[in-house]
Amino acid sequence: MTRVLAILALMLSLMAGPVRAAEEIVAGLSQNRISITAQFNGSQILIYGAVKRNEPEPQTAPLKIIVSLEGPSLPVTVRRKVKTGGIWINRDKVEVDSAPTYYAVATSAPIGTIISHTEDLRRRITIPTAIRSVGASGTVTDSGAFSEALIRLRTRDGLYKLSEGAVDIVKDTLFRATFDLPANLVEGNYRVRILLYRDKVLLDEATETIFVRRVGLERWLANTAEQQSEFYGVLSLLIAGFAGWAAAAIFRFIRS
Amino acid sequence: MQIYLPIAEVSVNIFLLVGLGGIVGLLSGLFGVGGGFLITPLLMFVGVPPGVAVATGANQVVASSVSGVLAHMRRKGVDFRMGTVLLVGGLAGSAGGIWLFNLLSRMGQIDLVIQLSYVVMLGSIGLLMMQESLRAINRARRNSAQSHRRQHSWVHGGPMKIKFRASGLYISVIPPLLVGFGVGVMSAIMGVGGGFVMVPAMIYLLGMPGKVVIGTSLFQICFVSAFTTYMHAVTNQSVDMVLAVILILGGVIGAQIGTRIGARLKAEQMRILLASLVLVVAVKLTLDLLIEPSELYSLAWGRR
Repeated sequence: MTRVLAILALMLSLMAGPVRAAEEIVAGLSQNRISITAQFNGSQILIYGAVKRNEPEPQTAPLKIIVSLEGPSLPVTVRRKVKTGGIWINRDKVEVDSAPTYYAVATSAPIGTIISHTEDLRRRITIPTAIRSVGASGTVTDSGAFSEALIRLRTRDGLYKLSEGAVDIVKDTLFRATFDLPANLVEGNYRVRILLYRDKVLLDEATETIFVRRVGLERWLANTAEQQSEFYGVLSLLIAGFAGWAAAAIFRFIRS
Repeated sequence: MQIYLPIAEVSVNIFLLVGLGGIVGLLSGLFGVGGGFLITPLLMFVGVPPGVAVATGANQVVASSVSGVLAHMRRKGVDFRMGTVLLVGGLAGSAGGIWLFNLLSRMGQIDLVIQLSYVVMLGSIGLLMMQESLRAINRARRNSAQSHRRQHSWVHGGPMKIKFRASGLYISVIPPLLVGFGVGVMSAIMGVGGGFVMVPAMIYLLGMPGKVVIGTSLFQICFVSAFTTYMHAVTNQSVDMVLAVILILGGVIGAQIGTRIGARLKAEQMRILLASLVLVVAVKLTLDLLIEPSELYSLAWGRR
């Protein structure tokens, strides 16, 4: 009888996903809406929270937290220059079907001490696992070099970032991490993921969404350019023509 | 002060952009070149995606060339008849160029073609102009009597002769049509107005007098670049109006100043200046092709 109960309990806990342990994440964001205006020059997001417990803290291993922030994914083409007939030209290319336009991971300790490699592959936590270059088009044999280049270039531009030790944990209960979002942010929904680990075992996972949107004139221009491109084209030309005429007229007025 | 560009999706210093526009406008007023061959690489350098840089550069060229044409019109420096003939050839060439552009893109060789045509065109034109203007200066210095050389070449023969009064020419309509066509093709492929090719072609090939060359070139450029801008806006949605307005602000001022300076410079000096500028860009582009780049890889949005 007790055996049957134990199996039932085990099945239930498996169905509920990660072990519904005594520790849970309660999370908050400094803002869940970022407006891109003409003055937009990057933004800082504070992700904070607490670990809620129903029983005393287990003394087995220290609490470790990973926080990731992922922007919308878009296809991207990676090209490589090759010396051909004495000149450097773009020859090889790999089309990556989908890569996050922004991806930052902050951890409370060196990543290797928090999760195993299999866990990383399963939840796609570190940068290389978060970018799946599935659609590597046929011509290239060393597509790995292209994914590395993608990561290198985006890291250089501040779009991909791994900050080990950037999550502060206070008294094994409160945590906080700040993310610097760059100015060249792509519009869309940004996914926040908070993962709670103890002894390389996932205790709880929480997700939040940050909405990044253009507003005001910026929004109107982007929408018009996309939806009424003929009107937008004519408008650009009218503005340019008028500016040219106005400049000539003003300078003539100044000189006379 | 940073400003966010809605189509380019980057944030750039506004004064830097005004300055870039100003430099290009200055060149436009001074030499009658649109400056597209400078603004596109410069914009890419400050982080604007290439597609947006090409399209918005074309939009800026519209404004600076309109402003330049108006300034030259008052000095009677525009041959409208010649400009119209060049324009007809130019629009046809531009349409042909867009077709060629798409063909090369499908073959995956467009980058190489663009770079090589920049090097070849800029290099040969720069050398040609430099040689010609140095010779002209030497001749003037020696004070030899053969000052006015208007020899009749093959260009001046041919059927369908038209009188171009402002240029003082009575030549066949075919050579200017071909010049316009060639420039139109280039404009579509290289994303430039083509003034730096047209100005020498008008001087050396058609034998037009210096005082109408620049105004007429600008007249043609403003229509061809307007066509290009519209095509980019409709097909690629890559014209950034905020970026364009800032560049225009700097550009129109630069163009007016350039026109004033140009009126004071001697034609030979101006040609040497333009030739040196063209050669500098050509040398830079050649080096880019020959020297191993520090980063072999580059990224492009899948959708552009």
